[in-house]
Amino acid sequence: MILASLTGRLTMNSFPHDPMTLGAAVSIVLGAVVVAALLTYFKRWGWLWREWLTSVDPKKIGVMYITVALLMLVRGVADALMIRAQQATSVGASHGVIPVSTFQQVFSAHGTIMIFFVGMGLMFGLINLVVPLQIGARDVAFPFLNLTSFWLFFAGMILINMSLGIGEFSAAGWLAYPPLSELRYSPGVGVDYWIWSLQIAGIGSLLSGINFIVTILKMRCRGMTLMRMSMFCWSVLGSMTLVIFAFPILTVTLALLALDRSLGMHFFTAAAGGNPMMYVNLIWAWGHPEVYILILPAFGVFSEVVATFSRKRLFGYATMVWAIAAIVVLSFSVWLHHFFTMGAGADVNGFFGIMTMIIAIPTGVKVFNWLFTMYRGRIKFTTPMLWFMGFICLFTVGGVAGVVMAVPPADFQLHNSLFLVAHFHTMIISGVVFGYLAGITYWFPKIFGFTLNERLGRYSYWCWLIGFLLAFIPLYILGLMGATRRLDHYSASMGWQQLFIVAAVGVVLIMAGIGFLVLQIIVSVIQRKKNIDTTGDPWNGRTLEWSTPSPAPVFNYAVLPEVSDRDAFWAIKQAGGASKPVYEDIEMPANSGVSVVIGMLSIAFGFGMIWHIYWLAVIGLFGVVIALLVRSATDNHEYTIPAAEVERYYV
Amino acid sequence: MKTRSRLVLIGLIMLAVIGAVGWFVGSHNIAILDPKGTIALQEKNLIVLALGLSLIVVIPVFILVFGFAWRYREDNHKAKYSPNLDHNVVAETIWWLVPSALILVLAVITWRSSHSLDPYKPLVSNVAPITIQVVALDWRWLFIYPQEHVATVGYFRIPDKTPVNFEVTADAPMNSFWIPQLGGQIYAMPGMSTQLHLEADTPGSYDGSSANISGVGFSGMTFTAQSSSMSDYKTWLASAERSNQQLTVAAYSQLAKPSKNTARLTYSGVASGLYNGILGKYMPGGMMMAGLSQ
Repeated sequence: MILASLTGRLTMNSFPHDPMTLGAAVSIVLGAVVVAALLTYFKRWGWLWREWLTSVDPKKIGVMYITVALLMLVRGVADALMIRAQQATSVGASHGVIPVSTFQQVFSAHGTIMIFFVGMGLMFGLINLVVPLQIGARDVAFPFLNLTSFWLFFAGMILINMSLGIGEFSAAGWLAYPPLSELRYSPGVGVDYWIWSLQIAGIGSLLSGINFIVTILKMRCRGMTLMRMSMFCWSVLGSMTLVIFAFPILTVTLALLALDRSLGMHFFTAAAGGNPMMYVNLIWAWGHPEVYILILPAFGVFSEVVATFSRKRLFGYATMVWAIAAIVVLSFSVWLHHFFTMGAGADVNGFFGIMTMIIAIPTGVKVFNWLFTMYRGRIKFTTPMLWFMGFICLFTVGGVAGVVMAVPPADFQLHNSLFLVAHFHTMIISGVVFGYLAGITYWFPKIFGFTLNERLGRYSYWCWLIGFLLAFIPLYILGLMGATRRLDHYSASMGWQQLFIVAAVGVVLIMAGIGFLVLQIIVSVIQRKKNIDTTGDPWNGRTLEWSTPSPAPVFNYAVLPEVSDRDAFWAIKQAGGASKPVYEDIEMPANSGVSVVIGMLSIAFGFGMIWHIYWLAVIGLFGVVIALLVRSATDNHEYTIPAAEVERYYV
Repeated sequence: MKTRSRLVLIGLIMLAVIGAVGWFVGSHNIAILDPKGTIALQEKNLIVLALGLSLIVVIPVFILVFGFAWRYREDNHKAKYSPNLDHNVVAETIWWLVPSALILVLAVITWRSSHSLDPYKPLVSNVAPITIQVVALDWRWLFIYPQEHVATVGYFRIPDKTPVNFEVTADAPMNSFWIPQLGGQIYAMPGMSTQLHLEADTPGSYDGSSANISGVGFSGMTFTAQSSSMSDYKTWLASAERSNQQLTVAAYSQLAKPSKNTARLTYSGVASGLYNGILGKYMPGGMMMAGLSQ
């Protein structure tokens, strides 16, 4: 009895029994053990703690975000491979390779992980790497908050992966529509894992949103007016504005669903006055801005890449800014297009259909501005530029599919079909994933001091591109054939199997693309002497970050820069370089172990809430409050780098 | 040279993709492109029209991206290089206005079609419509003919060239009722009654399914819509009315229990008011039907 209240819902039966889940869980645990053993053997724990885990340097936080995101990308694509393996084999008399309950957890995890822990991770990673450098700042506005955001993101990631080994994950799709996600139809811990991992990671995202808005608005260097800011920073400003307006909606929606599930309330239940349609509205009021949150910074990356490698100023800067502003505003007025089929009247559907189409205008403007940045340029086809070319082609095609589905009666036929799945994967893979991979390749030398191997980067690109075509063109056709999403089985008479097999081959090719990406990083580290960046400006760059040495010193700039042009560094280079600076002592924020502690306590809190181990949840929550109080009550959050040491970076 | 070989490779990939898609679509049965009802036909035409209008922007983008990539490649020193060219009021105005004009056209189409193809709008016809009440269960579909007091599971019959008024609900999580060859879908939700109006042009069997995940049996929620001549339909109806399986409230409660059994069933003697009773289960203060439990 006492034991039962100590362990909540957790019993020996909560651990996996089927070989596939068990294998995945065991391999993750083994991987962690191997990493821990290596760290112990090479005595690198102290190094890891001081140099990385507790570092408030946004460049290091960015690298940690991207590392986690790439690990999750592997997990997400592995999930995708399982989904397609099942669908390629589960026809007629055969029921495929995965039991249905596992299959439904796999696709729910795939979507959740890809959006929250790959897309958001890559985005916040790049923002951390680049924004302070581009605005000529030494850090973000709130360094401790920044590191805490990362650890909340990390806590969410740990919780969602815990579900693999302890209990189960949600089987209700990545947005967990009620009433399916309510206690009546999903009594297990799966939906609770979904709620609490997103809740904790989502709060981290909200805090980051606030942090970067303040950073961009308050910490730009002298001379950098808003209209002299890089397009990447503009797109981040747009995206973070969406974050602070959209994420509170997610927080509240998840909280209401959690109240339904834990305290027997009826916000979204089918009965007793609850209304599932309210949930669908709320989740998309967050969910549609979310896709623009992810894609705006990727647009920003492409703006930097295309200008640099065309060796030309970005075309139509002012219209680009207005296009971002228009997208930010419009993205909150289109959410209903995710459920034209819920039976709203013709006026409502018509209005949201038109609003959805209007958002295509600023997006189209951006495409033409990128194209005319290439016009009369000197284009160098490096890997980031290849990602850009792939993006333009696929994104345009995906956009057409989007415009078609914005017509409500057309959407009645395409909604929830694989056509829809193909559409949003086209947008997110070409826009978000290609964008951030281009960004990582582009800014890698600024962070690590050497460029990435171009040949392997190209191999990765072609695997991704051709893999994408093989994986998603069949899905467009399958959708037109009447195939709906999330099917674990279908009848042979449908004639869908060939296309599902082609799609599965495509996923394998994308997996190979990720393999080349990993290989590219390994080979580049080995060859780092060969690809070393001695000038700090490997691409003949235009923006401020290329004016500081590579790898960028912890303080970014020995002397805070002053700019007089939009392409600040290009202007300095045209003027014949900067004069030798006078070095001064620099005060920088000190490491913080408190953020790590908050992350770990959040895991405890989430785990306690999921399994109804309330003592653990209480300890976690109060622990976080106490950690924050301790942090607020102490001083000495800064340290000073003496001028002599600053100078050493430059000789 | 490297740029040239790469562009040729891209061109070949694009041709291969277009060729493969064209061959597949031409030689296989693509449900949405092969409509068998007036609504599905209009929706297909709308898809094709929107697609065609979008191509007005897409084709120039493709020409420009490959044209510029080729013309302004690094090693082509014949091309003009203008590093400071960064805006042009006329050009930028053009690409705000042209997409806007296109969207204006699409907006008119959207507004009109949202009304003309509103799923709640009854179809205009000389033939009197029939009504079918659709209930999504865990995990099968129940079709009630309220006037005829018959019901079916896993299939339903309709006369061709006759408007069908569907009233749709769920005694289960949210589902979506979809028959691609007859027309677009509508959500099936507990405690809500949505409407859909369709018509089949010709006799035939059309696949239907649930387009929204509703639990472990969701993939099996397929059904067949069988359209036939009015006289064949009447014959079937007469035989259905003789079915010795009766859909009493008790029989319904049994049927509504979660099951992956997708056998086709035909019932006579449907308890009157059953559909409203199912709706009432989820409505606070709704009409409760004796014998129907939550």
